Amino acid sequence: MSSKTLYDKIWNDHVAHEADDGTCLLYIDRHLVHEVTSPQAFEGLRVAGRSVHAPDKTIAVPDHNVPTTLDRQKGIDNEESRIQVEALDKNAEDFGIHYYPVDDIRQGIVHIVGPEQGWTLPGMTVVCGDSHTATHGAFGALAHGIGTSEVEHVLATQTLIQKKSKNMKVEITGKLKAGVTAKDITLTVIGQTGTAGGTGYVIEYCGEAIKSLSMEGRMTVCNMAIEGGARAGLIAPDEKTFEYCKGRPHAPKGAAWETAELYWKTLFSDEGAVFDKVLTIKGEDIAPVVTWGTSPEDVLPVTSTVPRPEDFDGGKVEAVKRSLEYMGLTPGMLLSEVKIDTVFIGSCTNGRIEDLRAAAAVLRGKKVKDGLRCMIVPGSGLVRAQAEEEGLAEIFIDAGFEWRLAGCSMCLAMNPDQLSPGERCAATSNRNFEGRQGRGGRTHLMSPAMAAAASLTGYLTDIRKLKHS
Amino acid sequence: MEKFNSLTGVAAPLPLINTDTDMIIPKQFLKTIKRTGLGVNLFSEMRYEDDGSEKPDFILNQPAYRDTEVLVAGENFGCGSSREHAPWAINDFGIKCIIAPSFADIFYNNCFKNGILPIVLPPEEVDALMKDAEKGSNARISIDLETQTVTSSDGVVFNFKVDPFRKHCLMNGLDDIDLTLEKETSIQSFEQQAAISRPWV
Ligand code: SF4
Repeated sequence: MSSKTLYDKIWNDHVAHEADDGTCLLYIDRHLVHEVTSPQAFEGLRVAGRSVHAPDKTIAVPDHNVPTTLDRQKGIDNEESRIQVEALDKNAEDFGIHYYPVDDIRQGIVHIVGPEQGWTLPGMTVVCGDSHTATHGAFGALAHGIGTSEVEHVLATQTLIQKKSKNMKVEITGKLKAGVTAKDITLTVIGQTGTAGGTGYVIEYCGEAIKSLSMEGRMTVCNMAIEGGARAGLIAPDEKTFEYCKGRPHAPKGAAWETAELYWKTLFSDEGAVFDKVLTIKGEDIAPVVTWGTSPEDVLPVTSTVPRPEDFDGGKVEAVKRSLEYMGLTPGMLLSEVKIDTVFIGSCTNGRIEDLRAAAAVLRGKKVKDGLRCMIVPGSGLVRAQAEEEGLAEIFIDAGFEWRLAGCSMCLAMNPDQLSPGERCAATSNRNFEGRQGRGGRTHLMSPAMAAAASLTGYLTDIRKLKHS
Repeated sequence: MEKFNSLTGVAAPLPLINTDTDMIIPKQFLKTIKRTGLGVNLFSEMRYEDDGSEKPDFILNQPAYRDTEVLVAGENFGCGSSREHAPWAINDFGIKCIIAPSFADIFYNNCFKNGILPIVLPPEEVDALMKDAEKGSNARISIDLETQTVTSSDGVVFNFKVDPFRKHCLMNGLDDIDLTLEKETSIQSFEQQAAISRPWV
């Protein structure tokens, strides 16, 4: 039998029907749902008189619109946001799907809740009407974002019409240097491939540096596969993966666990499996990075200077001019001289417990720079509870951070957490697009440790220098 | 779903690369629970001033481009989020076809579900059409899905590729869910098989 990639194996195990032209019906094991991209899909089901095909495989949680301030039990002020969340409450009830409402301690960002509750397991197909579904690939699950029409299709049929993507391997060899994190890996990869470099591919991340990451770190890496244009990111499951899954509420137990684990252990790319594209980066070459522009591919080590439009080719020249104007930056200035107004630590990229520990390690016993607005938004109610138990919350509050309730918050600013025009933010989220965090807002993406470092100095800051001072 | 066969209409040039879905339809308009009515918000931040008045130099605000039906765009159009609000807004504005050197994956899929035809052409051909589109409302571009051709205002013909299944669905306005439900027995037998081979799912 010929060698297969991890992607080939998961794909083959989920094809429910294949037409002559290669169009497949891919069976979906887990369908995650949130309030923004689902109302029209449920409405479609109602209009056509259809039910949800597999309600036991469908999980919903509101996250994008929910307030993250401590007084959220008083309800949602914005009427449209409230209607959207109420629509999800009703749809979950009417269609009988698993639901974590706003007041449930397990509520949080959908991509954090799925793994946390053991819904996401190795070898599964996972979809959600949200591009950062790629996150779940960290478990060796084939996970990707879909549009609302596809959400309706999955609700009605538990399948998705798909053609197979190509295989791409991104190998990060060796060890990371001190101060370099999973976020720096994933940003560095996008900096090299560009935001369209992965288009048409499923990326498998491998290599020693990836293996050494915790599950949280691996989720950070896969989360941003979509920013490189890939359909999905994957990491082969190993002991760390099994350890993470074991004992979670919806993970298999007892004999079922044993059978599952046997199967999971077959999930890796065979020796000699062929990849259509390969990128290799040395772990030692990765530096702590930040973004300077309005595309996630605009990545540079924090020690660099703001680039000049002339340094680029083609359409990128105009794009860089536009970005620099939007970002209010001058070519040649040191990135470490860029002054920030706000710090946002959270999102499905970096809102997990390990991210909060990394931020706390920097902030312990220190105070944020006067005049900065700083917030930490845990990815789920359970992450928040754990951070409180570990004493992290106290460190944040003492340092001058707002300690919020779980949700997407300022990652996309659909709730009141927004930047004002011109406000500059050090953010641990995944997109620095124009207006992403609020109209006219300026976003620099980075790791939680780097965002914490920026909160202390008021500038984009090299975490390695901070540690030595 | 609406059918798409052919059209001849005004094409607007939008040479930006990496036009993301936050530009196409910013998040404040994602709070709707309907699919319609988003056309006025298309490209909102590029199209309107803070006070809601139009920015006169934005392409779709110029008199020649008010009835745009075709968008000629830069590479990686539609990158970013999976929001189908992007094609909904484009459709609601009246744009039925987008021509670019490349598209982001999810956006490209979403177009077909909404009766919009995304066409990929090599960069030099997109450049030629971009120049054509810059001529304004007299320069009408024609698209024919049956023959898979784009014809510029001065008669130059470009051939494009499209997946045969998607072409068939678009030309006949077919609903994916109906088509899939015809294969219900395959889905059921898959489920029976999976219940044995992967019972923990
Ligand atoms: S945290 Fe940000 S990227 Fe993640 S699901 Fe929420 S809005 Fe999307």
